[in-house]
Amino acid sequence: MLEVKDLHVSVEGNEILKGLSLSINAGEVHAIMGPNGSGKSTLSAVIAGREEYEVTSGSITYDGQDVLEMSVEERACAGLLLGFQYPVEIPGVKNIYLLKAALNAKREAQGLGEIPAPEFMKLIKEKAALMQMDASFLQRSVNEGFSGGEKKRNEILQMLVLEPRLAMLDEIDSGLDIDAMKVVSDGVNSLRSEERAILLVTHYQRLLDYIVPDRVHVLVDGRIAMSGDADLARELESRGYDWVLEESVA
Amino acid sequence: MSEDTQRFLDRLAEARADRAGEPTWIAARRQAGAARFEAMGFPTRRDEAWKYTDVRAIARGDFALAADADFSPASAATLTLPIDAYRLTFVDGIFSASLSQLDGLPEGVSLQPLSVALAENHEAVGGPLGRLTGVEFSPFSALNTAFMEEGAVLRLAPGTVVEKPIILQFLSRNGEAPVMSHPRVLVQAGGRSEATLVEHHVGEEGAANFTNLVAEVILERNAMLTHYKLQEASLADLHVASIHVEQARDSRYTSFNLNLGGALVRTDLISELNGENATSDFYGLFYGEGRQHVDSHTLANHNAPRTFSNENYKGILDDRSHGVFNGKVVVKPDSQKIEGFQSNANLLLSDRAEIDAKPELEIYADDVKCTHGCTTGQLDEEAIYALRARGIDRQTARGLLTLAFAGEVLEAVRLDAIAERVELAVAGKLPERFNLAGLVETAVALGDE
Repeated sequence: MLEVKDLHVSVEGNEILKGLSLSINAGEVHAIMGPNGSGKSTLSAVIAGREEYEVTSGSITYDGQDVLEMSVEERACAGLLLGFQYPVEIPGVKNIYLLKAALNAKREAQGLGEIPAPEFMKLIKEKAALMQMDASFLQRSVNEGFSGGEKKRNEILQMLVLEPRLAMLDEIDSGLDIDAMKVVSDGVNSLRSEERAILLVTHYQRLLDYIVPDRVHVLVDGRIAMSGDADLARELESRGYDWVLEESVA
Repeated sequence: MSEDTQRFLDRLAEARADRAGEPTWIAARRQAGAARFEAMGFPTRRDEAWKYTDVRAIARGDFALAADADFSPASAATLTLPIDAYRLTFVDGIFSASLSQLDGLPEGVSLQPLSVALAENHEAVGGPLGRLTGVEFSPFSALNTAFMEEGAVLRLAPGTVVEKPIILQFLSRNGEAPVMSHPRVLVQAGGRSEATLVEHHVGEEGAANFTNLVAEVILERNAMLTHYKLQEASLADLHVASIHVEQARDSRYTSFNLNLGGALVRTDLISELNGENATSDFYGLFYGEGRQHVDSHTLANHNAPRTFSNENYKGILDDRSHGVFNGKVVVKPDSQKIEGFQSNANLLLSDRAEIDAKPELEIYADDVKCTHGCTTGQLDEEAIYALRARGIDRQTARGLLTLAFAGEVLEAVRLDAIAERVELAVAGKLPERFNLAGLVETAVALGDE
C-alpha cells in the first residue's frame, strides 16, 4: 500500500531522515519506535504532507501514486490521515463542522455525493459513543478546552468517522492515563481490518500492549536500525535503545 | 440651504397639514428639530463624525411617507423571528395592529405604539421623550424629531421581570417608490426590572427605503435590559439609527448590534453610565458584501465612579464593502475605579474591501483600568493546516474559520433563534465556494434533538 524508498528529509537545513525505507501492506499494523530526536514524528508528518519539511531525495508512493506530488488535503481525502501528537485547538469551529466537512470532502474525492443528514447524524453519534464522548463534544469547538485525553480521543473519533486506509498516529499515548489509554486503543483496534493499515509512532512499549503490532521498526539517527515483530518492542522495554545502536553499528 | 435639505423640509410641510390637533409640546419640538436640521443640513465627510461615511445616497433621495401598513400576513410570518415573544410590528414606519402580537402581556409591562401612548397620555410621554437626546446630536436625530409620530413606548414597572422577549419589528416594503420612516422608541425600565428587547429590521427583497430611528433607553436603579438590534433588511435599504442609553446605579445594559443588511447603515450607540456599578456591554457583528457600507459608532460615557464598560465588535467584509468602527470610552474627572475594555477585530475577505477602525480613549481621571485593541486580521494558518490535514480544502477551511470568527460574538447571544439565524446568514453569505450553510443546519438539527 505504502512504499517509502531511501527518504531524505531536512528541516531548516538539518537532515532528519537519512535514507529511510519502509513498506506497509494493507492489513498490517506497524510501530515506529526510537529514542527522542531520531526522526519518528518526521516520518508520519512527511507522509501526511507537513509543509515545513523538505524532501531532498527519495520517494513515497501510495497505491502507485506519488504522494509527494499531492497536497495535504488530497492525501487526507485519499485515505492518508495523521492523528496529531499535539492536536490544534480551533476556537469557534465546532467538531461537527470539521467532521462533516471532512467526510464530504472525502466523499467528493471518491465521486460520491454529500452524506445525507440523518445518516451522518447516526454515524457520528455512534462513533462518539464508541470513544465514550458525550454528544455535547460534537457541538464544542475543536479541542478547545479539552483535556489531553479528550484531545486524543477526539483524534481517534475523526479517524473512526473518516475511515482512512492508512491511519498514522503520532504518540497517541502521550498524556493518557490508563482509562483513556484503554478507550483510545480500543478505538484504534476497531480500525484494524484487511483493507487498512496503521502506523503507530511511539516512544514507549506500553501502547503496544494494547495495540499489538505486526512489525516494529527502531529508528535511530534518521534510519531504520532494526525491524522485528512485537517481541522486539518488549526487548526494547527491558534493554533500552542503546544496544540497538551498538548492534546496528556492528 | 441646499436642495437636498429643502426637499426633506418640503415633505415635512406636507405631513404637517395632518397634525393640526397635536399637543403644543410636540409641535414645539418638531419645530426645533426642523430648525436644527435646516441649519445643519445633511452631514458631509468634512464633519469628523461622518468622515468615513458618505450619506449622499440618503440626501439625494426623494422619500415620501408611507400611506398604509398593508403587508400580507403570510409573508410577514416568514420575516418574523421564530421566538415566543410580544411584538409590535411596523410597516414602513406605520403601526400594524393586525401583524402585532400583544396577547398575555404581563402586569407591570406597558408596550404601545407611540401614537397610542400619546393619545392616551401625552404628558407622560413628553417628560422622558427627548431627555437623552435633543435635536443637537446629529442632523438625523433632528430630522427624526421633526417627523416623529410613530414608534414604540415600552414601560416596565419597578421589579417587573419579563420572561418573553419583546420584539419591535420594522418591515420594509419594496413598493412603487421608496419611502422613509422616522421611528421613535422610548424605553423606561423601572428599578430592578429585567427584559429583553429585540429590534428587528427586515423586509422585502429590493426594498430601498430610508429608516431613521432614534431610541432612548432609561434604566433605573438595578434594571437590566438586553437589547438586540438585528438589521437584515434588503441590501438596498438605507438605515440610520441612534440609541441613547441612560443608566442609573447597578443597572446593566447589554447591546448586540448585529448587522447583515442595508446598502448604507450608520448606528450610533451611546451609554451614559451615571450611577456607581452600572455596566454597559456592547457586542457587535457586521458583515459586508457587494458595496455595502456599515458604520458603527459607540460611546461609553463613564460619568460616575466604579462604572464598567466592555465592548467586542467584529467585522467581516467581502467584495467592495466598507466598514467603519469608531469606539470611544470617555472617563470624566472624578470618575475613579473605572474599567473600560474595548476590542475590535476585522477580517477582510477581499482585496477591495475596506475598514476604517478608530478606537478612542479619553480619560480625565487617574485610577482607571482601560484597554483597547484593534486588529484587522488574517486567519490562523496553523488552524487552516489542521483542517486541511483532514481533507478539507483551503477555501472551506477559510470559510469555517471565518464563521468561527463571527461565532466569538454570537456565543454571547442568549436567544438561540437569533444566534442561529445570524450564523446561518453569515454561512450563506460567505462566498459560495465555502458552502457552509449545510454544516450549520446540521449542527442546529443536532442541537434540537
